[in-house]
Amino acid sequence: MQDVYIIGIGIHPFGRTDGVSGLQQGANAARAAMADAGLEWPDMQFGFGGSDSAGNADTIVNELGLTGLPFINVKNGCATGGSALIGSWQAIASGAHDVGIAIGFDKHPRGAFNALPAEYSLPEWYGKAGFMVTTQFFAMKLQRYMALNGVSRTSLGRVAEKAFRNAVHADHAWRRSPVDIDTILNAQMISDPLTKYMFCSPAEGGVALVLASAKKARELGRDQVRIKAAVVRTRPPGSFEVFAPCMDIERGGAPTLLASKAAYEMAGIGPQDIDLAQLQDTETGAEIMHMAENGFCGDGDQEEWLANGWTDIDGRLPVNTDGGCLACGEPIGASGLRQVYENALQLRGLGGRRQVPGKPRTAYSHVYGAPGISGVTILER
Amino acid sequence: MGASAIAEGLFRETPEPTLIGGRHRETGRIVFPCPDDSARWEAIDLPRRGTLWSWTVQRFRPKSPPYTGPDDFAPFAIGYVELPGATIVETQLTGVDFDRLTIGMAMELTTMSFSTDADGNEVRLYAFTPVTEG
Repeated sequence: MQDVYIIGIGIHPFGRTDGVSGLQQGANAARAAMADAGLEWPDMQFGFGGSDSAGNADTIVNELGLTGLPFINVKNGCATGGSALIGSWQAIASGAHDVGIAIGFDKHPRGAFNALPAEYSLPEWYGKAGFMVTTQFFAMKLQRYMALNGVSRTSLGRVAEKAFRNAVHADHAWRRSPVDIDTILNAQMISDPLTKYMFCSPAEGGVALVLASAKKARELGRDQVRIKAAVVRTRPPGSFEVFAPCMDIERGGAPTLLASKAAYEMAGIGPQDIDLAQLQDTETGAEIMHMAENGFCGDGDQEEWLANGWTDIDGRLPVNTDGGCLACGEPIGASGLRQVYENALQLRGLGGRRQVPGKPRTAYSHVYGAPGISGVTILER
Repeated sequence: MGASAIAEGLFRETPEPTLIGGRHRETGRIVFPCPDDSARWEAIDLPRRGTLWSWTVQRFRPKSPPYTGPDDFAPFAIGYVELPGATIVETQLTGVDFDRLTIGMAMELTTMSFSTDADGNEVRLYAFTPVTEG
């Protein structure tokens, strides 16, 4: 297996762009990533890409050029971006190709995600009765986690406050105004214990990454950011997932635990070696629980971490430096690649006013989604 | 006009209602609802009482489809109830103030009126409610 580098990054701003399709947002991101790499579309030897609700990614050749390249569609829920990256990484690591592109984009209608039972192999009554609502799952997983591990509502507020504070300095973020913690805690309750500022919203956006072999990256003078690990895992027995009419009394692991462990093994490093992290923050409690599931702290230690600002930009482990899903919104097909975009940007020292100090060398990204999948990547400068 | 369950095979509306689960014929694993595969799963009655495993309140009306609850929406509590020796089931919670909901509280099965269908028939759903001693 040969080393793989991220040699170009591009993003179409997240949020709402009326009049521009999800696919066009993906194409804009691809053009930006290729320009960043100093390459053009005919240089791309392959593509992997996907969206959840904005159509087939391979039709992007209509926007970018009919070069005949192989383009593989990925449809893997919240792991769509991560899976596109893994496909691209393997295509180069195997030696089959020198350079290619991973693209993720999406464009969701306003309001909550509208899942249907048949898409998840569930009976019709489950949706009729009002259980096909993702926010319920996040709230119930969190409610129990807080009770068992002594996590306070104040911590939920601190995570959201940090997200909006970081996003002020992120050009691609959607919600870029600071919100104070009292406003967050006292806002309209959506699904107890989570208020409206504690949930991300379905949104739009596009991200693209150009990947290359070590040889190609050196030729182009773009050998700064290397992919140390890229993995996706599905759920183990006894995990607690979205849309579950029942679960086993004997509780087990979580897909994030599997993906995290595999990524650390592949990279040959541990959580103590990571300089910054982007963690799935569908809601503020998810970021808190994922800090522990990814090995960065013990269950319940998040109280101390958040009270001391240890996940702030200038903290011991900055988390979600661009405001994460909370401030960028959630275009399902694009979010996983946004995290990697942000990590590559930070490792190159291009974070501007949200740059993590001290020249970070390692960066970690993590996604989680229905029906129990998780993707983790580790980058190194 | 009559009343009918939201789906067949989920629960029996007897004076003491019962949830119908499925037991795997080889592994003994118990799930709810009972899968439509009698070669591998046998239908069994689940325990009627358990403890609240987690909960939340649905504060906004879920999107339709798939939701078929009443148009004049009122927030409702949902949760998971651990039925000892069987499984943990997802359920609506009824007959309890939201601010009284606590993980570990004793719950028992009941049934409730859920909605009215297009023909004016009542649709009924299982739910759990706090155990009232006595």
